Amino acid sequence: MTRIASAFEKKKAFIAFLTCGDPDLATTAACVRAAVENGAALIELGIPFSDPTAEGPVIQGANLRALTGGVTTDKIFDMVRELRKDVSVPMVFMTYANVVFSYGAERFFGACKEIGMDGVILPDLPYEEKEEFLSVAHKYGVDLISLIAPTSENRIAMIAKEAEGFLYIVSSLGVTGTRSEIKTDLKSIVEVVRQNTDIPCAIGFGISTPEQAAKMAEISDGAIVGSAIVKIIEKYGSEAAPHVGEYVREMTAGLNGYKF
Amino acid sequence: MTNQNGRFGIHGGQYIPETLMNAVIELEEAYNHFKDDPAFNEELTALLNDYAGRPSRLYFAKKMTEDLGGAKIYLKREDLNHTGAHKINNVLGQALLAKKMGKTRLIAETGAGQHGVATATAAALLNMECVVFMGEEDTIRQALNVYRMRLLGAEVIPVKSGTATLKDAVSEAMREWTSRIADTHYCLGSVMGPHPFPTIVRDFQAVISREIRAQILEKEGKLPDAVIACVGGGSNAIGTFYHFIEDKSVRLIGCEAAGRGIDTFETAATVNTGKVGIFHGMKSYFCQDEYGQIAPVYSISAGLDYPGIGPEHAHLHDIGRAEYVPVTDEEAVEAFEYLSRTEGIIPAIESAHAVAYAEKIAPDMGKDQIIVITISGRGDKDCAAIARYRGEDIHD
Repeated sequence: MTRIASAFEKKKAFIAFLTCGDPDLATTAACVRAAVENGAALIELGIPFSDPTAEGPVIQGANLRALTGGVTTDKIFDMVRELRKDVSVPMVFMTYANVVFSYGAERFFGACKEIGMDGVILPDLPYEEKEEFLSVAHKYGVDLISLIAPTSENRIAMIAKEAEGFLYIVSSLGVTGTRSEIKTDLKSIVEVVRQNTDIPCAIGFGISTPEQAAKMAEISDGAIVGSAIVKIIEKYGSEAAPHVGEYVREMTAGLNGYKF
Repeated sequence: MTNQNGRFGIHGGQYIPETLMNAVIELEEAYNHFKDDPAFNEELTALLNDYAGRPSRLYFAKKMTEDLGGAKIYLKREDLNHTGAHKINNVLGQALLAKKMGKTRLIAETGAGQHGVATATAAALLNMECVVFMGEEDTIRQALNVYRMRLLGAEVIPVKSGTATLKDAVSEAMREWTSRIADTHYCLGSVMGPHPFPTIVRDFQAVISREIRAQILEKEGKLPDAVIACVGGGSNAIGTFYHFIEDKSVRLIGCEAAGRGIDTFETAATVNTGKVGIFHGMKSYFCQDEYGQIAPVYSISAGLDYPGIGPEHAHLHDIGRAEYVPVTDEEAVEAFEYLSRTEGIIPAIESAHAVAYAEKIAPDMGKDQIIVITISGRGDKDCAAIARYRGEDIHD
């Protein structure tokens, strides 16, 4: 069983997203550890990009703060190398195709393997373009995570059949950011996914409360939360780790149906 | 020149969020259906001719020719189109297509404001809702165009993120499209973005070279030796080049905005200073740092102030078919003043980049040789900014 699959094995997976280097890499590392200690099953690490076209204002702000602080892909690799000494949950990168392309796919995925990253999510790399990176990712045993959107319709089966690691189901139209209500018929999307693959699927975009997480857990294998965590980091800066930990604990409990 | 996957050599493609994939597939299917539909083409031609004022004139610039003392210079007068630039060619095509697809709302990005004005115009004409994203910096540089768009009934949203210029307006328009697809068409203004946009926009702008070809053959009985156009994303340039690509005797010259010079960081000359990357839905050349972060670019021209170039241009560069040359702010401003003084034509500061390069090469060419410069737009919108550049405040 891969490390990613094991994250979904016993319970619903809470997936925490953080933008690396927001406001600095020491804070990112502390927040990752706090999230893991409080039940995060999988960590999604954003490598900042100058023009994150799939992000709403909250994560755009995190990207800007991180880049202004001088973070680079190489410095992020160094941070992960350190984290891997004591963090054993699966971790995936989330970034944009140009960050990987400009680094060189061979070098990038080679580094992922070396530092212990399990997968890569590229929101601007749809099914039609994935071949370019897929063979290199496979060479180094790194999963290229696919996304399914509310508009995917006739494409769901095609994407699910070839998906690896876990499937990222985008809950709503638009960009990342918290939403008070998720209206997409996610149940029918997950049904089609289940008919076409055995890999786990997690729902992301717009989730911020334990109640929302519990709803998502009813129909899928996990929930991905980004903007809500980034907001905490924006508020508390380098003191954010305990607050992130506390939030992850509440969300993990909500996800698995505990009262708190 | 597009192959099956929307590639031009290694460039192009569809690097966009999954959320938009069915939208671009639907657009491609609709375009493939309507592009050869006689009724659609008849309707579009009627709009281009009766509403936009096509065909645009090919004007022999006699005084400029005499002054430079070399090649004969012709100006393709896209500045005489309704709304004052070549942008209307593409917009009427896309707006009509969107209407046929049942869309009721157009969104667009704009730099100098010319594409935004053209989109607002088409939306008014075709009873569609219109929202234009414009970098906040550009709303200041091009305040007149902001007013024009609002007058035409469009909502203008100033974009504050990033460098608050054209690239950020494109990013914001893409974000808006992912949040509202069903009734909305993203009317992209240049030969860029994901497939099928570079092909659709090129086809709608190819009318420029189709006309130049017929007009120059009628006037001179032969093809030009060079055609010159300015390049930001590259829509008027590809329109100017397209029907000459197979004629190897015709030099295709694209003029990039070098800003304060290609040896400075204040430049937008993508082919001259960038490298291959993936951004805004396409693989092409982009100004970027060693980690692939898109560079903040600069040009006096808001319309050329973009860190990328359309994928077909990237390919024409790779195969050596077209030349992409840098032209600085100073050279463009001088050409802006030169054409005004010499021919009584005030060109857009974007188009002035092409005029500047023609001034450089014409004197060394024979008197029997011909240069066609596309004047992509008129320069009224730029007068305040150029006055400012020259240290004069005209309170626009």
